[in-house]
Amino acid sequence: MDLSFTPEERAFREEMRRFFRTEIPAEIREKAGKGEHVSKADLITTQQAMNKAGLATPHWPRAWGGRDWTPVQTYIWLDEMQTNSVPAPLAFNTSMVGPVIAEFGSEAQKQRFLPATANLDIWWCQGFSEPGAGSDLAGLRTSAVRDGDEWVVNGQKTWTTLAQHADWIFCLCRTDPNAAKKQQGISFILIDMKTPGITVRPIQTLDGGHEVNEVWFDEVRVPYENLVGEENKGWDYAKFLLGNERTGIARVGVSKARLLRLRELAKLERIGDKPLIEDRHFREKLTALEIELRALEMTQLRVVAGERDRPRGVPNPMSSILKLKGSEIQQATTELLMELVGPYAMPYHAGAEPEGDNDPQSIGPEYAAEAAPTYFNWRKISIYGGSNEIQRNILAKAILGF
Amino acid sequence: MDFDLNDDQRLLKDSVERLITDKYGFDQRRANMAAPGGWSRTMWAQFAELGLLGLPFAEEHGGFGGGPVEAMIVAEAFGRGLVLEPYLATVILGGGLIRRAGDAATQASLLPQIASGELLLAFAHVEPQSRYELHNVATIARQDGARWRLEGDKGVVLHGDCANKILVTARTAGSTRDRTGIGLFLVDVPGEGVSVRGYPTQDGLRAAEVSLAGATGIPLGDPANALPAIERVVDEALAFLAAEAVGVMAAMHASTVDYMKQRKQFGRAIGDFQALQHRAVDMLVLLEQARSMALLATMMVAEDDPVERHKVAAAAKVQIGRSGRKLGQEAVQLHGGIGVTMEYMVGHYFKRMSMIEILFGDADTHLAQLAEGSGVLEAA
Repeated sequence: MDLSFTPEERAFREEMRRFFRTEIPAEIREKAGKGEHVSKADLITTQQAMNKAGLATPHWPRAWGGRDWTPVQTYIWLDEMQTNSVPAPLAFNTSMVGPVIAEFGSEAQKQRFLPATANLDIWWCQGFSEPGAGSDLAGLRTSAVRDGDEWVVNGQKTWTTLAQHADWIFCLCRTDPNAAKKQQGISFILIDMKTPGITVRPIQTLDGGHEVNEVWFDEVRVPYENLVGEENKGWDYAKFLLGNERTGIARVGVSKARLLRLRELAKLERIGDKPLIEDRHFREKLTALEIELRALEMTQLRVVAGERDRPRGVPNPMSSILKLKGSEIQQATTELLMELVGPYAMPYHAGAEPEGDNDPQSIGPEYAAEAAPTYFNWRKISIYGGSNEIQRNILAKAILGF
Repeated sequence: MDFDLNDDQRLLKDSVERLITDKYGFDQRRANMAAPGGWSRTMWAQFAELGLLGLPFAEEHGGFGGGPVEAMIVAEAFGRGLVLEPYLATVILGGGLIRRAGDAATQASLLPQIASGELLLAFAHVEPQSRYELHNVATIARQDGARWRLEGDKGVVLHGDCANKILVTARTAGSTRDRTGIGLFLVDVPGEGVSVRGYPTQDGLRAAEVSLAGATGIPLGDPANALPAIERVVDEALAFLAAEAVGVMAAMHASTVDYMKQRKQFGRAIGDFQALQHRAVDMLVLLEQARSMALLATMMVAEDDPVERHKVAAAAKVQIGRSGRKLGQEAVQLHGGIGVTMEYMVGHYFKRMSMIEILFGDADTHLAQLAEGSGVLEAA
């Protein structure tokens, strides 16, 4: 039993740290660290810098830019990315559709999509959730009917994150309405967002931001060859996709950076005749959260160390603990920031809405503007990616045997 | 980085767990508790035979040179068995203090006696006014010719009623809350000027009130500056207790999950109800977070820097305290009526967990102390 990293792993950490701190523009990291809006251009700049260095898709197959890293290396890469407030590569590209195409796609699909997906030349969005299919995703109804060498797609997707930026959408569509089980009649289809018949309608979230959308499909005609893998096997690919990349789910590094920032900001706020950081009650809340995070970091390391002995691609149910606890801690950091800011958490900056041409400095201290929006926005963390209730169901079944 | 046990550690784990499974069931434990003194001398002899009583000591002292991981293995198994014997008092605290504060001759004479099971020790540090402060010492040590004589009252001395020697903190200089001027003294029991009043604690273990009226004490280490050694040993005890608590919590949780699968109401197992499943899952999260901190405390307790070492030990105590309280209350609740009786194991786990919460400082105390510092996150 040994907590220390090998000299090679320590050198690897140094290398990652140096890369993130020198190759990713400081103003992007600063914006992300403060919780300010990171623009589409910022995300593209970041991912392209990472891709150029072979750091955007380390978990892909080697032939398509993967690095064959150990679980510990992957962990270090993520940890350094998160603690240095580097926006992660677009998950829809690198964690979701990329690995699915690499595993199940045709050679032509791989050639056409993988390099562009890694480099964010194509921006993907995810067409899974529907108004009637949230946690019960297999209840989805968007249909794709074959017509010669085309699919005709009809239906509605929702909660489609950043669809307004997207060039392509990967969709789960019902292709066999008569399948014995609802999971069996679903296919995984790639659709160009410019295809006639697609309408994107923004949904405004509590923070005033435009992150999610509804996407409507009305007689959308898609080449048959855009089917990934086999017809009616889409559910298997979706499960593969959702089981991918679980180590980063706790976002320990993100919370660590936030807690360190809270400690700094609490020196600027005053309570009575002293800085807030000297307030015992505040310090105890902050410290309690740090302890929870330290414990979660250890739990994460235990999961990472355990990966070595697990079959590849089979998600460890323990990662549901990382999601549960990680989301609670992330949300708690946003609560604490709002409490820290006090009255200047109240002004609503209408300008803070989409696309970053905002002026959040106009009222109160500059760090105050993001406090409430982040608090409201981050309520999503315990809902997306399998709500915390779904994670509890998974743990109840997989670990407790209910 | 790995969390695997080596071959020797696996062997140790197997043998301690087998001992607990075979010899420490509910009825056997009750019989042990009813033995004279409240624990079993036969078990103690078996611990000695297995090498557990000398586990942390060097081979030259009849020990096995075990480190924090070995202690953790024993603690976790003892937690599962709710072991009554004075292992913490004698081996971890008593043996630890002799190792950290005693000179070579004292170590050579006393440690082998612990390992063989002959010598029982206790650590007397709590006083009526001290609460959880180790340096809050009103008991006085005065030099009387070549001797030191002790005056004062010590409370809730773990297994103080069976000890052959009690290690007593006493002040040789300064005022009650000074960090310097504290010595550690070995007091023979029975002995002149020593009175010991033993009693059971809520968890079925034993403790004693110890009065010292001119009792003779032999200094262990520097009589003016024993606190650093004491704090180090208490950090080791915190790591041990964290691991014991994990054993207790894991057993409570397993018992709860089992019970939920068996207990039928409304025509089905209560474990079929999602509301209850989710509570059992939340208990699992509490358990795993506690286990993580117990592991971290184990891995950091050999750290030379006392500040870093104590930070992690204290943080572990906070996590253990919070996880343990909630998990224990839920375990009792989900067992229903049987959970609040002496007839079923889960309540006994709950009681031990509640006493572990108190030992060497509860969660609030350690949190308040940690909050004074610069945080518990590792600097990048």
